[in-house]
Amino acid sequence: MAADALIDIRNVTKTYGAGETAVHALRGVSLRVEAGEYVAVMGSSGSGKSTLMNILGCLDTPTRGEYWLDGTNVARLTEDQQALVRGRKIGFVFQSFNLIPRTSALANVELPLTYAHLRRTERRQRARRALELVGLADREDHRPNQLSGGQQQRVAIARALATGPRILLADEPTGNLDAHSTDEVLGMFDELNAEGRTVVVITHETEVAQHARRLVLFSDGRIVSDEKVTR
Amino acid sequence: MSPRDLFGAALRGLGANKMRSLLTMLGVAIGVGAVIVLVAVGNGSGKAVQDRLEAMGTNLLTVSTSGGGGGFQRGQAGPAAQQYSLTLDDAAALADNRLAPDVAAVAPVMTSNGTATSGDVSYTINQVIGTTPEYLPATNTPVSTGASFTKQDVDGSRRVILLGQTAATELFGRANAAVGQTIKLGAVDFTVLGVLASKDSTGFNDPNATAIVPISTLRATQAGYGPLNQIVVQAADKDKVDTAQAEVTQLLTARHQVPATTTSPYRITNSAQILQTSQDTAATFTALLATVAAISLIVGGIGVTNIMLVTVTERTREIGIRKALGARRRAILGQFLIEATLLSLLGGTVGVIAALVVSRFQLAGVQPVLVPSSIALAFGVSAAVGLFFGSMPAHRAAGLRPIDALRHE
Ligand SMILES: Nc1ncnc2c1ncn2[C@@H]1O[C@H](COP(=O)(O)OP(=O)(O)OP(=O)(O)O)[C@@H](O)[C@H]1O
Ligand SMILES: [Mg+2]
Repeated sequence: MAADALIDIRNVTKTYGAGETAVHALRGVSLRVEAGEYVAVMGSSGSGKSTLMNILGCLDTPTRGEYWLDGTNVARLTEDQQALVRGRKIGFVFQSFNLIPRTSALANVELPLTYAHLRRTERRQRARRALELVGLADREDHRPNQLSGGQQQRVAIARALATGPRILLADEPTGNLDAHSTDEVLGMFDELNAEGRTVVVITHETEVAQHARRLVLFSDGRIVSDEKVTR
Repeated sequence: MSPRDLFGAALRGLGANKMRSLLTMLGVAIGVGAVIVLVAVGNGSGKAVQDRLEAMGTNLLTVSTSGGGGGFQRGQAGPAAQQYSLTLDDAAALADNRLAPDVAAVAPVMTSNGTATSGDVSYTINQVIGTTPEYLPATNTPVSTGASFTKQDVDGSRRVILLGQTAATELFGRANAAVGQTIKLGAVDFTVLGVLASKDSTGFNDPNATAIVPISTLRATQAGYGPLNQIVVQAADKDKVDTAQAEVTQLLTARHQVPATTTSPYRITNSAQILQTSQDTAATFTALLATVAAISLIVGGIGVTNIMLVTVTERTREIGIRKALGARRRAILGQFLIEATLLSLLGGTVGVIAALVVSRFQLAGVQPVLVPSSIALAFGVSAAVGLFFGSMPAHRAAGLRPIDALRHE
C-alpha cells in the first residue's frame, strides 16, 4: 500500500524570503493520498493550505522535501514534463475561477485539450461533453464576463475535467459562490469522486468538508490532525 | 498546439487591443514603406541621370587641355601651355580617317558669352558655342525648328545662329517665333536659323540657355583667334570609345611633341566615365536613403518590442492559467512570437502597399523606380523584426513560473 499512494509528500517545507523576514509557510508536511480518496483540507487563514495545494498541482516547488506523484519524483521532471503532468494528470480549480477573459466558455474548456495535442474535432466533442456535464451546454459561446460566478466556476470545473485527470485539486472552489451554487459544485465533486477520481479540496466551510471522506487540519504550516469524516 | 491554434490565439491577442495593435503596425508600416520608397527614389534619380547622359551619347569624347578649364583666359598661360593648345588643325587631323580610324566625327569648340538683343529685349546667353555642324549630331543636340547651319556657313563665316529653347523663348516669347529673325549678339547682327530641341538638365546650369554659331564667325566677331576650348570627338562605335581615345591621345601627343616624360596635357573625358561616376554617386545617395529608412524600420521594431512587453505584462495571469492547464514553454513562446511576427508582417504588408502607391508619384522631382529586391528585403526584414524584437518579451513570458504568473496582479 505504501508504494502505490497517488500523492506522497515527504517532509515538505516552503519558505518565502530569507533572513529575518522569512515566512515559513510550510514547516515539514508529510501527507499520503491514495487513489480515489476525497480529502478536505481546512485551517486558519495563512496556515499554508494554498501553498501546499500549489505544490501538489506542480505550480510551485517545495523549498525542501520530496513530492512523489504517481510513483515519480516531481523534482526530477523537466519543465516540459511537469507541464505534461499539469495538463493530463491534474485538474485545478481556483477560488477566483481563472478563466481566460474575452474567450468563450467552450474555448476555455478546450484549452487543456489543445495543450494535450488533441485533434480539433475531438477537442470540440470532449469540451462540449464536459460543459454538458456541468450543465452549461447552452452557454458555450458566452464569455466569462457574460456568466455568473457560479457558472464561471462550473466552466472552470469543466475545464479541469476535460482531459479526464485522475486528480482534482480545488482551492476554495466555493469561496465566491452562494449556497445554491455551492451545492451544485459539491454535488459535482461527489459524482467525480464516485467515478473514482481523487479529490483534494481546500475549504473554510464545514459543510463542504462534510462531503469529504477525510479531513486534514492545518495550523501554522503543519498538519495538526488527519482523520476520517464520519457522516 | 497546432499552427492553426497558435495563429488563432495570436489573432485574438492582437484583436484584444485593436488601437494599440494598429499603431504598432503603423510604426512598422512606416519603416517598411520608407525603405521601399526611399530606395526607389534613389534608384529613380540614378536612372534619370543615366537616361540624360545616355541621351547625350555614350560614344562621346571631349578633349581639352588640362589645367585651367576653357577659353580665352588661357591666353595668359605660359609658352609651354601655348605649345599644347588645341587648334583647328588638330581637329582636322583627328577627323582624318587614316590617322584616327575609330573616330567618326570631330567638332572643334570655342565658347564665349554675350548679351543678345532683339528689339528692346535683351538676354544674356551664358554659353555661346562656336563649332562646326558635326557638333549637333555628335552631342545629340537636334534642331527642333528651322535648320542647322552648314559647312558653307562655317567657311563663309556667315552670321547665323542657332538658339537654345530658353534663349529663344526669352528673346521672342515663343521659341518657334525666333526662326528667321535677326538678333544682335554684342555689336553684330545674326540671323536665327533654327531653335535647338529642349534638353534635360544634368547639372545646375540650364542646358537650354545656349546659342550655337559657326566657329569661324565666333572667332571673327567675339572670341578672337586663341586656342580651342575643346574638341568634341565621336567614336565610330560604342565599343570603340577606348581605342578612339587612345588614337586621339597618340595623335595629339605626336602633333604637339609632348615629351614622354611629362604627364599628358590633354584631358579626355568620355561620357561612359561620366556615366559611371554619376552612377556611383547615385548608388551612394541610394545607400544613404536606405540607411535612413533602415533606422525608421528599427524604430518600428522597437515599437513592436515595447508593445509586446506591455502585452506580456498585462497578460501574465493568462500565461499562468495557460501553464496551469499544461501549456509548455514552447506553446507560450510560439503564441507571443507569432503575435509579434503577425503584428510586424501586417504592418509590413500595409507598408508595401503604401509604398507601391506612393512611388507612382514624383517625389522631390524624382520619379521613383521600384527595386523589387528592396520590397522583398523590407518585407523579409519586417518579419525578422517581429521575430527578433518579439523574442525578448516572448521568452520572458515563456520563462515565467506558473505560480508567479498566476499570482501576478
Ligand atoms: N509569494 C509569497 N511570498 C511571501 N509570502 C507568501 C507568499 N505566498 C504565501 N505567503 C505566506 O505564506 C503563508 C501561507 O500562505 P497560504 O496562501 O498558503 O495560506 P492559506 O492557508 O491558503 O490562507 P487562506 O486560507 O487565507 O487562503 C502566509 O503567511 C502568506 O503570507
Ligand atoms: Mg489560500
